Amino acid sequence: MAEPVKTHCPYCALQCGMAISATASGITITPRTDVPANAAGALCQKGWTAADLLTNGARLTSPLLHGRPVDWDVALGHVADRLSAIRLEHGPDGVAVFGGGGLTNEKAYLLGKLARVALGTSQIDYNGRFCMSSAAAASIRAFGMDRGMPFPVTDLAGADVVLLAGANPAETMPPFVRHLDGPRLIVVDPRRTATARLAWLHLRPAPGTDLALALGLLHLAVAEDLVDAAYVEERTSGFDAVRTSLAAWWPERVERITGVPVPRMREAVRALAYAKNAYVLTGRGAEQHAQGTDTVTAFVNLALALGLPGRLGSGYGCLTGQGNGQGGREHGQKADQLPGYRRIDDPAAREHVAGVWGVDPGDLPGPGRSAFELLEALGTPAGPKAMLLFGSNPVVSAPDSARVAERIRSLDLLVVCDVVMSETAALADVVFPVTQWAEETGTMTNLEGRVLLRRQAVRPPPGVRSDLEVIAGLARRLGHDFADEPGKVFEELRRASAGGPADYSGITYDRITGETEDPGETHGGGDVPYGGEVRDRADDRGGAEVGVFWPCPAPGHPGTPRPFLEAFATPGGRARFVPVEHRGPAEEIDDDYPVYLTTGRVLAHYQSGAQTRRIAALAAAVPEPYVELHPDLAGRLDIGAGDLVRVTSRRGQGQGVARISDAIRSDTVFMPFHWEGANRLTNPALDPTSRMPEFKVCAVRVERVT
Amino acid sequence: MRLVVVGNGMAGARLVSEVRARDPRMQVTVFGAEQGSPYNRVLLSNVLAGQARPEQLGLHDLSWYDTHRVEAVLGSAVAWIDRESRAVHTADGRRAPYDLLVLATGSEAIVPPIPGVGRAIPFRTLDDCDRIVKAAADSRRAVVIGGGLLGVEAARGLAGRGLPVTLLHLAGHLMERQLDPEAGLVLGETLAGLGVAIRTGASAVAVEDGGVRLAGGELVEGDLVVLACGVRPLTALAAEAGLEVRRGIVVDDELRTDDPSILAIGECAEHDGTVYGLVAPAWEQAAVAADVITGGASRYRGSRLVTRLKASSVELAAMGETHLTDEQAEVVRFSHRARGTYRKLVIRDDRLVGAILLGDTDAVGTLTQLYDRGGPLPGDRAGLLFPGPAPAARADSPTLMPDAAKVCHCNDVTKGQIRACWEAGARDVAGVAAATRATTGCGTCRDAVAGIVGWLCEQEGVPA
Repeated sequence: MAEPVKTHCPYCALQCGMAISATASGITITPRTDVPANAAGALCQKGWTAADLLTNGARLTSPLLHGRPVDWDVALGHVADRLSAIRLEHGPDGVAVFGGGGLTNEKAYLLGKLARVALGTSQIDYNGRFCMSSAAAASIRAFGMDRGMPFPVTDLAGADVVLLAGANPAETMPPFVRHLDGPRLIVVDPRRTATARLAWLHLRPAPGTDLALALGLLHLAVAEDLVDAAYVEERTSGFDAVRTSLAAWWPERVERITGVPVPRMREAVRALAYAKNAYVLTGRGAEQHAQGTDTVTAFVNLALALGLPGRLGSGYGCLTGQGNGQGGREHGQKADQLPGYRRIDDPAAREHVAGVWGVDPGDLPGPGRSAFELLEALGTPAGPKAMLLFGSNPVVSAPDSARVAERIRSLDLLVVCDVVMSETAALADVVFPVTQWAEETGTMTNLEGRVLLRRQAVRPPPGVRSDLEVIAGLARRLGHDFADEPGKVFEELRRASAGGPADYSGITYDRITGETEDPGETHGGGDVPYGGEVRDRADDRGGAEVGVFWPCPAPGHPGTPRPFLEAFATPGGRARFVPVEHRGPAEEIDDDYPVYLTTGRVLAHYQSGAQTRRIAALAAAVPEPYVELHPDLAGRLDIGAGDLVRVTSRRGQGQGVARISDAIRSDTVFMPFHWEGANRLTNPALDPTSRMPEFKVCAVRVERVT
Repeated sequence: MRLVVVGNGMAGARLVSEVRARDPRMQVTVFGAEQGSPYNRVLLSNVLAGQARPEQLGLHDLSWYDTHRVEAVLGSAVAWIDRESRAVHTADGRRAPYDLLVLATGSEAIVPPIPGVGRAIPFRTLDDCDRIVKAAADSRRAVVIGGGLLGVEAARGLAGRGLPVTLLHLAGHLMERQLDPEAGLVLGETLAGLGVAIRTGASAVAVEDGGVRLAGGELVEGDLVVLACGVRPLTALAAEAGLEVRRGIVVDDELRTDDPSILAIGECAEHDGTVYGLVAPAWEQAAVAADVITGGASRYRGSRLVTRLKASSVELAAMGETHLTDEQAEVVRFSHRARGTYRKLVIRDDRLVGAILLGDTDAVGTLTQLYDRGGPLPGDRAGLLFPGPAPAARADSPTLMPDAAKVCHCNDVTKGQIRACWEAGARDVAGVAAATRATTGCGTCRDAVAGIVGWLCEQEGVPA
């Protein structure tokens, strides 16, 4: 029997370690104990059942041209010809590229290169815009750099208090909760979520008012003299302007806006301030708003005032969602960005990356449209006429998704790479069946900023190619020679990232896995034998940690688990306070749409559900979309548990089965977004800085379907 | 477009910010009678109580006016308005023409015309606050005249500085505009426990060296006397310009006076017969006025009033029509004087129209929002008054738990599955985990699984 292959889970940003054994009788998953994220050998149901999608027959196994199977050469040739024709007619920006936060670093990097070099288009963005952009923008504004959690996840356990703002890890990344076993938890969430049930203190602001709450907490910190004045003096700038702005946010005013009682605010801020060590963590609940960047900034300001960031054992972090939500936002699939977390409008960055790519810096396009603006422009006179889509399913996951689907249908050419026939793939002119997780090798950067190697463990089904091969295949037909083997692509990524904020140049596959005895050779990739015969040569590494933290700017560099201990990544090394104001939801409830809708995830499913809805155990756990509503609201609307409920917003309708629960406010309903429906309702009002849509609050009407 | 704002207090300063946020170019001049930058008057009580420092009250730094290109003329009182040529004139001879003028002159403290009142310090401005704090340091006893919101906060604040305080109030109970008699009584008892002696029905007739003389002849001792006898709108400027003034400067739903080029907001304005004395309405008016000034279609329809006392160890919120009786409305009441708790809901047409909450409670957040939004109330009124703690997640004992109850959320494992697993031979958590994966996610169900396994062992007489 073959040795199990050490790899990582295909789903969330925790990237739990797991070992895969492929034998004649099937594929077995065993939790690893050497990966700090799930060191206790923990996995959630998604992790345990992940292998089902490898074998359960739901796979795409042949390229499809207008729904008919064709061979690879025909499909690639057709796409290349159509792209050339569309570029000729509409210019390079006539072609759009849309990526995903689940793609490996290698794929994200090569996708950006495809857009900028082979297609010459500025029109590239990705679904991470819908996840991490607000936290990223706020972190860069405050710290000069965005590494979601700038400390190892294991540091959390030593804290006295952890505040989670709009994060529900008990549902979205269960093994993470083990790291919160020690600290007292303060949970900010309108819903009494699985995480809120574990809280020492649960603050329940009305949807869309987290920013006001953060301002109220900071007001109290200042009023009660809980500010760490020495830290503010030594390590930050801009506090005076923030302090002045706080005079307008006295706690009684904030109470009226948020519904959070003043005494509870006091308890929260005192607990954080009196703690020897404390963390403030944000999640999508705080971030997915038209004021998401400012909301994160307000929580960062609170953390800075209390002297937390950049101190051993304390800090601010965001909980990245998608599997490679961190790495995916670093290497160039974002509209305004080049590899290494460089800005595309920075002349030095352009010169460096153009040098690696062997092109003239002047030939690189500038910044393009952000994700929703890009989707909204598809097929319009000024917008792209073709789109290449990788690792995303916007028909389910984009806000105002009925309009997005209509825009996608209006394209002259839609090309989708996916593992299964997703809702968006079903609209495509050409579908490329690609390898998934255990069938390929690549690096993932987890929520800590730790670069991990997800190794191939099994042979992909015949007829399937990797995303890298598709990208390189298209590039070749467009006259460009791209590497398509993950190890080689990573070597190029290392050089492209060198000197950037997210510097990977000292990281190799062998270093990640602890195999340093043979530093000249990278491990994993196209030369790996198929069928579960990949062996881990580092079975006995004497307790060395898995992965390397970026920045890692040189081969001998140890990596940077806690980048801000000495200085922040700003020009002067100080963290920046930025004054922000609460504005409220872009769409308020009124007589016609009297109830708030908020959206989120459930444990059994992941993102648009394209994978998890096809896994029997997960589909059985939560088989269909639902609408969670309070007994008072249900009573008024004559809705009983299990009734089919229609939810209507100004943009569209969605349906679900009623779940009646007092865990939700009586002015709010919740819908999970893993099915088509919830996002037909959501509001695409965008954050002015991050261009994040307002997924977390809009106004709806609720009725029983008779 | 030239906008002139008279008054740089909370309403005027807010208006200027709101206008600038909507229109970065409009020419804006603001006149302030006080020399300094505007500050948050709501927080004065905290300064008095030593729970905030004066520098924490500033709403704008003076540099704000430069960076936002607003001309600020501070320490210069506007003397008259020339409506004919549309200009304001200051006492020191300055003239500022306007296309639109906003009066935000606010109000002044009422000083009762009694002998010796000059010995007392009114509590209205930051300067007043400073004087009171300085005087308190050398005083042995304080007397506060006026048991409204501000008087109660001042009395509590002085008591918090260690000074014995007597609070004199003319009416039969404290804060009689916001509270019913019983709430006033409970509030008084709470304050008494914090070192504030309450004298209701007390009419001060003179302020003397040794204290305050009451109508009955009694002297209430105190060497520091603070006045909190209410406020009066400052309307002289408007009246002299011939604008319609009743108690305040009369404005319509656009906050315009009877001269369409002049608006009035804040405590000097009277809308639909009401002069508001709180900050929230003034800011709501500022937002509407800013929108009107910049061409928007907003209208002001009056404000819902929520009064929240800021006094440490006294949690009090009062909103709306708290005085309605059982004959006039549905009233839900809970009183527990020994604990300083009083809660009252006033309901009409299934909507919350008034409430009093005295004593720490989480109900305040929900009730304020129900009142503000006029949303329908649940049938369970008691639940509104007593929002109990969330039911414990795993309170169920194994005995009462149905087989379908989910024990491990992370791996979707029910009690029935654990029982089946036990029946198949698993005798401990590790065995159940190996078979069902329960406890292998977040790990928080470990105790529950152990409890079920132990219970099954006990039931069946099997050693665990």
